Amino acid sequence: MLKYILKRVVLAALTIFLVATITFLLMNLVPGGPFVAEKSISEQAQQALNEKYGLDQPLIVQYKNYMKNILKGDFGLSLKQRGRTVTDIITSKFPVSARLGGLSVLTALLIGIPLGSVAALNRGKWIDSVIIVIATCGIAVPSFVLCTVGMYTFGVNLGWLPTFGLTTPLHYVLPIFSLSFYPTAYIARLMRSSMLDVIGQDYMRTARSKGLSQFISLFKHALRNAIMPVVTYVGPLLAYTLTGSFIVEKIFVIPGLGKEFISSISNRDYTLIMGTTIFLATLIILMNMLVDIVYKLVDPRIKLK
Amino acid sequence: MTKKNPISFHLSVEDFMPASDSEKQELVQMRPSVGFFRDAMIRLFKNKVAMVSLVFIILIMIFSFVIPNYYPYTYNQQIRGSEYLAPMQFSDQELARREAGEKVFPHILGTDNLGRDYAVRVMVGSRISLLVGLIASGIILIIGSVFGSVAGFFGGWVDLIMMRIVDIIYTIPDILLIVLISFSISDPLAALSKLPGFQWIQIVGANLISIFLVFALLYWVGMARIVRGQVLTLKQSEYVTAAKALGASNARIIRKHLLTNCIGTLIVTTTLQIPSSIFTESFLSFLGLGVAIPLPSLGSLASDAINGLNTYPYLLLAPAILISLIILSFNLFGDGLRDAFDPKMKS
Amino acid sequence: MNDNLVDIRNARLSFFTPAGEVKALNDVSLFVREGEVLGIVGESGSGKSVTAYSLMGLTAHPGRLIGGDLHFNGHHINIMTERELRKMRGNEVSIIFQDPMTSLNPVYTIGNQITEVILLHTDKTKKEAYERARELLQLVGINEPERRLKQYPHELSGGMRQRVMIAIALACEPKLLIADEPTTALDVTIQAQILELMMDLKKKLGMAIILITHDLGVVAGTCDRIAVMYAGKVVECGSTDEIFYSPSHEYTKGLLQSVPNIYEKERKKLVPIEGAPVDMLNPPAGCPFAPRCHSCMKICLKQMPGYTNLSDTHYSACWLLDKAKFEKEGEARNG
Repeated sequence: MLKYILKRVVLAALTIFLVATITFLLMNLVPGGPFVAEKSISEQAQQALNEKYGLDQPLIVQYKNYMKNILKGDFGLSLKQRGRTVTDIITSKFPVSARLGGLSVLTALLIGIPLGSVAALNRGKWIDSVIIVIATCGIAVPSFVLCTVGMYTFGVNLGWLPTFGLTTPLHYVLPIFSLSFYPTAYIARLMRSSMLDVIGQDYMRTARSKGLSQFISLFKHALRNAIMPVVTYVGPLLAYTLTGSFIVEKIFVIPGLGKEFISSISNRDYTLIMGTTIFLATLIILMNMLVDIVYKLVDPRIKLK
Repeated sequence: MTKKNPISFHLSVEDFMPASDSEKQELVQMRPSVGFFRDAMIRLFKNKVAMVSLVFIILIMIFSFVIPNYYPYTYNQQIRGSEYLAPMQFSDQELARREAGEKVFPHILGTDNLGRDYAVRVMVGSRISLLVGLIASGIILIIGSVFGSVAGFFGGWVDLIMMRIVDIIYTIPDILLIVLISFSISDPLAALSKLPGFQWIQIVGANLISIFLVFALLYWVGMARIVRGQVLTLKQSEYVTAAKALGASNARIIRKHLLTNCIGTLIVTTTLQIPSSIFTESFLSFLGLGVAIPLPSLGSLASDAINGLNTYPYLLLAPAILISLIILSFNLFGDGLRDAFDPKMKS
Repeated sequence: MNDNLVDIRNARLSFFTPAGEVKALNDVSLFVREGEVLGIVGESGSGKSVTAYSLMGLTAHPGRLIGGDLHFNGHHINIMTERELRKMRGNEVSIIFQDPMTSLNPVYTIGNQITEVILLHTDKTKKEAYERARELLQLVGINEPERRLKQYPHELSGGMRQRVMIAIALACEPKLLIADEPTTALDVTIQAQILELMMDLKKKLGMAIILITHDLGVVAGTCDRIAVMYAGKVVECGSTDEIFYSPSHEYTKGLLQSVPNIYEKERKKLVPIEGAPVDMLNPPAGCPFAPRCHSCMKICLKQMPGYTNLSDTHYSACWLLDKAKFEKEGEARNG
């Protein structure tokens, strides 16, 4: 087990290092550097700026400095938001995205798991068909479609829900709905097939032959086994909600890290792009690692190996 | 045990004569055996949902690849004075021309902010989305299956190293990297397109190329894992051992025995990859990182429509519905294929 | 009608599949006396497991009992509610399955899975139940029961797990233990141990056993009586000696000829039964074994034979027996 954890940690560290390197190289691929777009500055001023941000040094030196700073958690200054460090921007914007993402993950799990189980237990009946249809449509509708359609119907047309910002609980309804719809549908499908698999297992027959009621054999014996595949999906789910928040935050004008990332791309704010990418990538990689390790801990079949 | 009297009056000596083999055979009913591939096809054709999806996919293909060529408007043709027409509405000039006896083709879905016919834009948009889905899946299929089968076939530490690479790529958050790559290579590609011999880049669009590049770099790992798993199980089968014993080369075994036996899995995985590629393309286009202006894709059309959502909601409707239906029908068709090729996987 | 522990009369059970009705049980009658070991022998799909499951009210969807009566220990299974059946399962009748590898839930400890059934059917406290589980493990010959109770199924060997399954089955001292191919998935040496253990426990606890198997070697040394099933019917039933030394049904004879016997002085060739079992979707009108039978007659293809009593305990359904009788009667009439 310890060996497994060690392996995962090394793998995660390697991946993070790789992502940081790729990010650095890609950013340097852009010809002319970050100040080209601003035509107004003179050559002298540009040189001064390059010097200030260390962009005049050879690539390898830049890379070394950059890596050193990252290790310290220092992503440098934002190029476009004068006077603010990237770290500062991330720490102020991320909590908003984290709250939104966390609530969406929770919603997806709390709705998807029961939905999938109910479908499996009523296999072939009308309720199963209804859930299958909803789940199949759910994974086919892109989140931006959901966002805009939801915003238009409930926000603009009916006027029931606010369409931008994140100030009251009511503001959360549409963003969370848009963000959690796909994972809910996915989890429901996953849970349904895994539940069907578990119901057919021999130990379920044993449970019934012991005289356990349907309810107890399902809750005690089936659920715990059937939920395992869903646990493995939690990692990708977190990644999905974090990146999915780009679109949701953009459409609903939510001041989170996702919106910041999108505007940093259109503003060509290099340091902010690099910082955000590395921060989010690290977060996703670490979350994935944690979920994998927790999964191994939860599943007793692998415990002592 | 209570005993019935089995000997009733109508029994005769004749009944106790031995029965011939042919008489016995009549009782044995054998079901005709069908080949694997034909069997799968029969199952597929019986699947109504999959068939409806297939018909829909073909219809969409006709609408996006054939009809725009014969359509009276083109996707980048701007008609002055015809901006923001509602569906089936004519502009003043067009009405005047109609009164002069000219035939004017109606704007079935209206026009956009630059006076471009929206119907043809949606059709070309779905062409782009479909092309991205198909080409990207093709790239993924080739890279993934070659990588996976090589890793699975050679095993040992070749497999170990190759699979560690897959592991690492697998844990890289793909969307982030796609955004980053398409952002950073669009400029170099644009520069490259000015050089002689590279003009085609301009036509395809730098963003589109970077999307394909990203698919080629990142998305094949899922396919590689699946193929490797298949190859590992097939490798232990007797007929591969037999082929080896007869001196077949490794390349021949991979091509002839392993890949042909993986074919079902490959078809299913590739089909299911198409909607996911379309999904990603629309996501990027929506963020403004997709196809180059004025080329439309369903994602960029939806993105453009949002700005005028309050006044012109119908501009959003067509691309939004179409993209959902395309993804849905590919998903359902892929599910149907999977059920047909592997009834055990049926859920 | 009588005081047999188990009394199955003319049971008919079908699985209603999309492809059609599969007649899994076709007029099955059986009985088991208290403390007796009945072996049910037959090939896969002959309906032996379905018979046993229906006795516990455990017929899986889409199967349905469509005729006959099932009595067990004074209960009339047909008319029992699910609640009543639950009280009976695991308490008065228990079952152990073929594959001990998959019959235990992988995510719970052995202790949890044994005490579960004790807590369900008795008023024991958790502590008492745990104590009882320890006793049970000792009873089924597992050493270090204290440690084993805390382990998960995957940490135990196949034979060990089957012992745990037996412990669970015997937790409430049932009147009847159904063993559904209990040794098929185990190594030969372990098979013998498990069978020995079961017979040992039978002597100690005095329950009846229905031993389902396709292995004649398993029933030979363990059973009091044997029922041979083919295609959803009991084709022959008798005491173990009667079945082994004077088999009267062609299928039983075929089964015995296909088993090697090391005590045979001269080396006999093993004779396999040719052909495959009938398609249960469209069972033939006559004897289901007829297409594979070497002595098949015209009548066999047309009509189902009835049972012929060969002794108080031995009966068989084969037209050959009727033929003998028919000829005898004819001789008597003529002569």
